[in-house]
Amino acid sequence: MADLTTTFAGIRSPNPFWLASAPPTDKEYNVRRAFEAGWGGVVWKTLGAEGPPVVNVNGPRYGAIYGPDRRLMGLNNIELITDRPLEVNLEEMTRVKADYPDRALIASIMVPCEEDAWRAILPRVAETGADGIELNFGCPHGMSERGMGSAVGQVPEYIEMVTRWCKRYYDRPVIVKLTPNITDIRGPAQAARNGGADAVSLINTINSITSVDLDSLSPEPSIDGKGSHGGYCGPAVKPIALSMVSDIARAEGTRGMPISGIGGITTWRDAAEFLVLGCGSVQVCTAAMTYGFRVVEEMKAGLSAWMDEKGYASVAEVTGRAVPNVTDWQYLNLNYVTKARIDEDLCIKCGRCYAACEDTSHQAIAMSADRRFEVIDAECVACNLCVDVCPVEDCITMTRLAPGEVDARTGKVVTADYANWTSHPNNPAVTATAAE
Amino acid sequence: MADRARGGIAAARLSPQEAEAGFADLHPPLDRRAAAVAADRCYFCYDAPCIAACPTGIDIPLFIRQIAGGRPEEAAKTIFDQNILGGICARVCPTEDLCEGACVREEAEGKPVEIGLLQRHATDSLMAAPQHPYRRAPDSGKRIAVVGAGPAGLACAHRLALHGHAITLYETRHKPGGLNEFGIAAYKATGGFAQAEVDWITAIGGITLETGRRLGADLTLEALRDSFDAVFLGLGLEGVNALTAEGAELEGVADAVGFIAELRQAEDLTALPVGRDVVVIGGGMTAIDAAVQARLLGARSVTIAYRRGRARMGASRYEQDLATSRGVRILCNLRPVAVHGTDAATEIELARTVETGAGLVDTGEHLRLPADQVFKAIGQRLVLEGGPAQRGGRIAADAHGRTSIEGVWAGGDCVSAGDDLTVWAAAQGRDAAEDIHASLMRAEAQPTGARIAEAARGIAAAPRGAMTALDRRQT
Repeated sequence: MADLTTTFAGIRSPNPFWLASAPPTDKEYNVRRAFEAGWGGVVWKTLGAEGPPVVNVNGPRYGAIYGPDRRLMGLNNIELITDRPLEVNLEEMTRVKADYPDRALIASIMVPCEEDAWRAILPRVAETGADGIELNFGCPHGMSERGMGSAVGQVPEYIEMVTRWCKRYYDRPVIVKLTPNITDIRGPAQAARNGGADAVSLINTINSITSVDLDSLSPEPSIDGKGSHGGYCGPAVKPIALSMVSDIARAEGTRGMPISGIGGITTWRDAAEFLVLGCGSVQVCTAAMTYGFRVVEEMKAGLSAWMDEKGYASVAEVTGRAVPNVTDWQYLNLNYVTKARIDEDLCIKCGRCYAACEDTSHQAIAMSADRRFEVIDAECVACNLCVDVCPVEDCITMTRLAPGEVDARTGKVVTADYANWTSHPNNPAVTATAAE
Repeated sequence: MADRARGGIAAARLSPQEAEAGFADLHPPLDRRAAAVAADRCYFCYDAPCIAACPTGIDIPLFIRQIAGGRPEEAAKTIFDQNILGGICARVCPTEDLCEGACVREEAEGKPVEIGLLQRHATDSLMAAPQHPYRRAPDSGKRIAVVGAGPAGLACAHRLALHGHAITLYETRHKPGGLNEFGIAAYKATGGFAQAEVDWITAIGGITLETGRRLGADLTLEALRDSFDAVFLGLGLEGVNALTAEGAELEGVADAVGFIAELRQAEDLTALPVGRDVVVIGGGMTAIDAAVQARLLGARSVTIAYRRGRARMGASRYEQDLATSRGVRILCNLRPVAVHGTDAATEIELARTVETGAGLVDTGEHLRLPADQVFKAIGQRLVLEGGPAQRGGRIAADAHGRTSIEGVWAGGDCVSAGDDLTVWAAAQGRDAAEDIHASLMRAEAQPTGARIAEAARGIAAAPRGAMTALDRRQT
């Protein structure tokens, strides 16, 4: 059995599965249940400054996007940071950490961008025995209107400044949680590193309106006929998160910085994908909110089995393994030529590949009167749309043309050589260089 | 007191509760949620095979997509535009042989999209609305006689009324509905659905129903042709084929269609007498409906005896399985040779048969089964003196329902084309109505039927023409 023990930015946990800072981690009761269920760590629901706590709306806080059979694909929330007194949270954290010393307990913090505010709260957090802190620069709703959350995460200078304060007044690991509501995640990540952050975590939620009630014309979730954008999470956001994680893992300035991956992780497979794209731990929220804490069992067992299968002994060995395979478009091999192949035995004759190709793509599939479907190599650009819309797994596959074969579309002989856009004759930059 | 064991033909073999449970809706309707899940399974196929398999050419993927979009009423419009009897068809169509049999998910996983139940979900939604969804065109001044208020006549009358014509709908029986009302198993159209559907269809207006009027009795084709602009014949098959077996005249030997009709009209099912040991002769849907219902009335044993092999049975495999699941025994390759009994039937004697190159022959082996009631379900035939030319014992009609007589159209079971199914009758009634309309108004007939392939995309009008990708390469 593979060892799932994780050391992330110096924080140890029995497995890489942490619960993200969110409603499931708002109270001692929930967190104890999570640890009993086997979660490796918990990022406590975000703490605010001393004083009267924030208030939440008294109507719905969540909105949902459903897939078939009412499967929850995306969740949106307008809940703010913890609305319980700081004192109570700190006491509970202290008790929980004492009872579960082997688990990671991280305090998420969001206070105003003033040095005094951070200097005031950090020693109190340190007293709880928490293993580290996570700076909430991500929440896009409510708190951002008050200059906190994503309002900070969208300004790299603020990220760097606050991170620096935290490193000054707190001696355990500092994780900066990033907002995806920016144009290039590398800027904020670099700022965190410049400020001395030990790690980043991402993504926080995405600005979103889940739906509009077409009778009342109110956005959802609706509070007395009005709605406000919330933060979007759940399975639907995973591809966005994976891309941002890989950006940070690849960028020169942030390469090697520990990343805690967040965004729609629902099964072990999702988690493994985050790990191989550079994450050292993962954080889960929506899956737990949808199915309860026991989902972690499948995640642990699945990840462990996959690691055994592949011969990976530890989580550290898995982290970042796929990063070298993420590249820029300009370096993709243009001599990699494939064609769609339809397995007639598996085909159920629905014709979706034909509709997709004929109506919206390259007219590269022929349909006979008796509903047999055949790829026209001379038209097929290998776009993969037919594969994507086919309801039968492996019925349509992309087959690589071997070197020496002729691509019927271009009439050119396929070569084994690697060649990309940077050297392609149609690239104006290539011509310019040649002319010099 | 219910008593299943009493010999002979007797009523009250089961309690009212047992009767109610047995004759309940065969497939309870899908609720909104179940419909959404079922609808999601549809792949929205290109030129979907299910559309081609539907005799009325309903755009099935479209209506399912409308259900998925939360608009079952619009889905129903898609259905009714093609088939105004979509409600009963959703209940009685042998979908396993039609749309669901053609569904690609049947091929993929042996579990087709539940098209029948989805169609019922849609049509029930719209039929529950207070308004009839179609508005009759302004009165055309044309009058058309529709003879037979079964599925073909109703479909024809509704489509003609839609075009503004005035229809007189003649029906032999005391009630309209035809086989939907008198001829199918009760558990397929519960809650008085057949009558409710007739009321709903005729709510379009312009349709005058006259019951108790029979062609050949108080109606003649000549008189109808004289007093109407057109005549549509949607006659049922009233003749029942005779059983050529010794003792066929004994008490207890009866027509299955009569038994089903009586059952369908019965107020109290427990008052309906049924044999203790029932044998049904035949292999079609009528045999199944009679056998299953005899069993549901409390018969101790019910056997279907069919003279050929099981593969030749007219009833679909699904119907056969339904029967066996209700405790009906299906015996094949058995031909009735005699019914035994002094006054009333007590036994039936059957000869074993075998299919040979020379046809069906007896093997010489005989067996006897206890039978105090024997139902004949060996086919019905058209009873029509004179009238249009016939082919194979039915009226010969072309694709538009035109017969050999000018101004007389026909459709449904009385014509030789198509299968004896409600959905075929609905298609033929509709198509004849369009042709009658075009002919009376000297208009171009509107295309009916499935809109797939070129028809669905107006390719003929497209600038590029109907070229395939291969053609394009060659130009």
